[in-house]
Amino acid sequence: MAARDDQAALASLARAPAPVRSRLWDGLTRRLDQHAPTVFIMPAVLVVLAMSIFPLLVSLYLSLSRFRFVKGGFELKFIGLLNYRKLLLGSEQFHFLGTFGELSAAGWAVLGIAAFGLIALLVRYARGEGYTPAGLLWRAGASAGVFLLVLLIVLTNSGNGHPGSLVVTLFYVGIGVLAQYCIGLGLALLCAQNLPGRKFFRVVFFLPMMITPVGIAYTFRMLSDTTKGPFTPIWQYFGWTETSWLVDPWGARLAVMIGDAWQWIPFMFVVLLVAIESQPQDQREAALVDGASRWQVFRYVTWPAILPVTVTVVLIRMIEAFKIIDLPNVLTNGGPGIASESMTLHAYVAWRALDLGGSTAVAYLLLFVVVFVCLSMLALTRPAESEARP
Amino acid sequence: MKAGIGQAGAVSALALLLAGGIALWSGTAAAQLKHEGVEATVMTFTGPQIAEPLQRRAPDFKELTGATINVVTVPFSDLYSKLLTDFATGTNSIDGMVFAPQWMGDYIEPGYLEDLTERVNADDAIQWDDVAPFFRDFSATYNGRIYTIPLDGDFQMVYYRSDLLDEAGLAPPKTWEDYIEIARTFHGQDLNGDDKADYGSCIAKKRNAQSYWMVISVAGGFLQSQGTGQGAFFNTEDMGPLFNNEAFGKALDIYAETTQYGPPDEINLDVGDTRGLFTSGRCALSVDWGDIGTLAIDPATSKVQDKVGAVILPGSSQVLDRETGQLVDCDAERCPHAVDGINHAPFAAFGGWSGAVNANSSDEVKAAVYDFFSYMSQPEQANEDVTIGITGFNPYRVSQFENLDLWLKAGMSEAAAKDYLGAIADSLNNPNMVLDLRIPQNQRYEQIVLDTAIHRMLAGEIDRDQAMADIETGWNEITEELGAEEQLEAYKATLGIRAD
Repeated sequence: MAARDDQAALASLARAPAPVRSRLWDGLTRRLDQHAPTVFIMPAVLVVLAMSIFPLLVSLYLSLSRFRFVKGGFELKFIGLLNYRKLLLGSEQFHFLGTFGELSAAGWAVLGIAAFGLIALLVRYARGEGYTPAGLLWRAGASAGVFLLVLLIVLTNSGNGHPGSLVVTLFYVGIGVLAQYCIGLGLALLCAQNLPGRKFFRVVFFLPMMITPVGIAYTFRMLSDTTKGPFTPIWQYFGWTETSWLVDPWGARLAVMIGDAWQWIPFMFVVLLVAIESQPQDQREAALVDGASRWQVFRYVTWPAILPVTVTVVLIRMIEAFKIIDLPNVLTNGGPGIASESMTLHAYVAWRALDLGGSTAVAYLLLFVVVFVCLSMLALTRPAESEARP
Repeated sequence: MKAGIGQAGAVSALALLLAGGIALWSGTAAAQLKHEGVEATVMTFTGPQIAEPLQRRAPDFKELTGATINVVTVPFSDLYSKLLTDFATGTNSIDGMVFAPQWMGDYIEPGYLEDLTERVNADDAIQWDDVAPFFRDFSATYNGRIYTIPLDGDFQMVYYRSDLLDEAGLAPPKTWEDYIEIARTFHGQDLNGDDKADYGSCIAKKRNAQSYWMVISVAGGFLQSQGTGQGAFFNTEDMGPLFNNEAFGKALDIYAETTQYGPPDEINLDVGDTRGLFTSGRCALSVDWGDIGTLAIDPATSKVQDKVGAVILPGSSQVLDRETGQLVDCDAERCPHAVDGINHAPFAAFGGWSGAVNANSSDEVKAAVYDFFSYMSQPEQANEDVTIGITGFNPYRVSQFENLDLWLKAGMSEAAAKDYLGAIADSLNNPNMVLDLRIPQNQRYEQIVLDTAIHRMLAGEIDRDQAMADIETGWNEITEELGAEEQLEAYKATLGIRAD
């Protein structure tokens, strides 16, 4: 309001009779007008710089240095890439990347399939319409990255290899989010039907999301112990007693994944339910009238309609899942051994012992992996998405 | 009417003012208290343990000296860094702290902690000579100077079910082989009459928790035999780790074997869990600090009242020869403190909660905080607090385990009290107590490298020899990172080897 008054006043001043003064004044106001956006936006930019860019840069420096307390304060000594070298090649390699085993025949087969698939994708892109050399280069780099991740997963899971926190996190993200999406989609499709009591189930399916992760972790810790909890009779029936899932590496990872899924399926469910219900009904009805089967309706009508939402929820969940710490921390403390330790937990454990350099190095590697995986996923789904759009 | 009320109000207000003035005047006239008007902040972890007695006694202290002590608490995992940030940034909002003396190396080197030697020497009320020698000479001392006032005595012992052992005609374990034997005997039997199979041994083995202290408790007797000053972590020549040799390998074998006689999810149990299992009668043996002793007499939770015995940590008839890295038989020269040929090395894990004063607080505040810790530690207060389970304070004064009445009053039977105090006295009087690692960044040595390697071994990811190799490599790496010479100096300083 005040600004508009000022402008009116300025305008009336500009119309004032004195010609020389008016020209000067015109110039000045034009200048001010030009700079106004910058000035007005500056506070916001400064806040963003101070709150997110500055810490990002400081933590980058921290990851390249060694922190210690000395007389009268603390000292940060620049040590270059030593923290990263330790994680990727040195004494912490087993912790971050994992222990490498001997490649088995199955391992070779998986690697071969992965390489073949990635090359096939590249070839398809190179022959397609939207081909650009830069695009091919970018895709080749991304494919190499994906292949390295597959290689890492295969190497740490074959023979006497053991996955490190990177592979375990990828497991939580890849398998976990996929399972969450599939089950969430299934429930959403069910609840979109005209079934009795569907309102009740909508509320029930939504409940787990409101429970604190610590509560969930304790619940699953009890459930996974075959001597306690409501499933004890079932375990006993199968002769599986006096043990706990959490003692076995894969059992522990699975328990974390199930707990995480239990909590986050509702999120997938709610978002997908809204997407399904808001799709245009006329297309669906037209397809049904034309004699399309239920599967065809889903594949050619519903799926394209919910694809943009799918990409968004999966992306959000993936970024979230990369940062998982609460469940493994309470459920297993990263154990047995380091079997269920996520990257965030890895960073936290290092931070707690004041190894700030090592901790931020893990955090930065996490950032790289998240950015890489999310960009690759967007690039992969973009063509499908644009195809899906009418 | 209005005026009348006004007048009456004015008169009563005047009377109140007068009364208040007289009260104030007489208060100041009564006696100038030592720390009148001084206000100090003391930080410790969110209790109820440790914080409870401090908060309970702060008002009494104020009445006595006039100083107001505000006890602030933070979660245990934040305490170390909260204190450090406060000092390192120069905020100095914390005047005193009740913390783990294990961290004091990190605090003393940068000059954050007040040297309390003169104050202790001038203080008769604290009865310094009554504090057990280990806590006086090692736990409270750094490089020959006193920096902390012990408020709690922390060392680990073995607890056993006296009723079961008596019935089976077995003696309490003297060596770790005995421990395994007893665990094997009772594992799978019903120990508390609920028709369910129970466990031979319950030891907290959870990762990222407090379990690495139990490994050191097992290893102590194999590694250190010449007394506390010898140290059990590094050799004092070149800072070479002592955790990769035949002796530590033997300890790891024993530690791993106890898992066979434990609960199925033992590797996910923390001390809270094993204490619960033991006091509900499900375990024949356990390794713990003094806590099980007082928890077992709590009628509300314990099913093993008067069925619990305690004994000094079992030892070994063979010890490490630091020249060769081999296990060799004890003789009078190698094991001067051995009892019946068995070398015991009780382990002062964590070191016991202790009070320290911020060197950068004002002089009057420092004096008040010191007096508060002295007051808490004086036998009149401390000897009552150590008998109460909820305080988290365990005995650390000679008078506390010599005076049986204290414990009978707290609800222990005479036999149980004698047994518990006997184990404490044996441990505290043993000149071969293992001092916990207190060099700078000791958390990285113990909580990261040691803890991870041990847990990976328990989980079957690596074998024993690989675990030992990992510990050695990891420790050497940290030592080199922080400067081998500085770390060695600090290590010697904690062991009381004076750096001159």
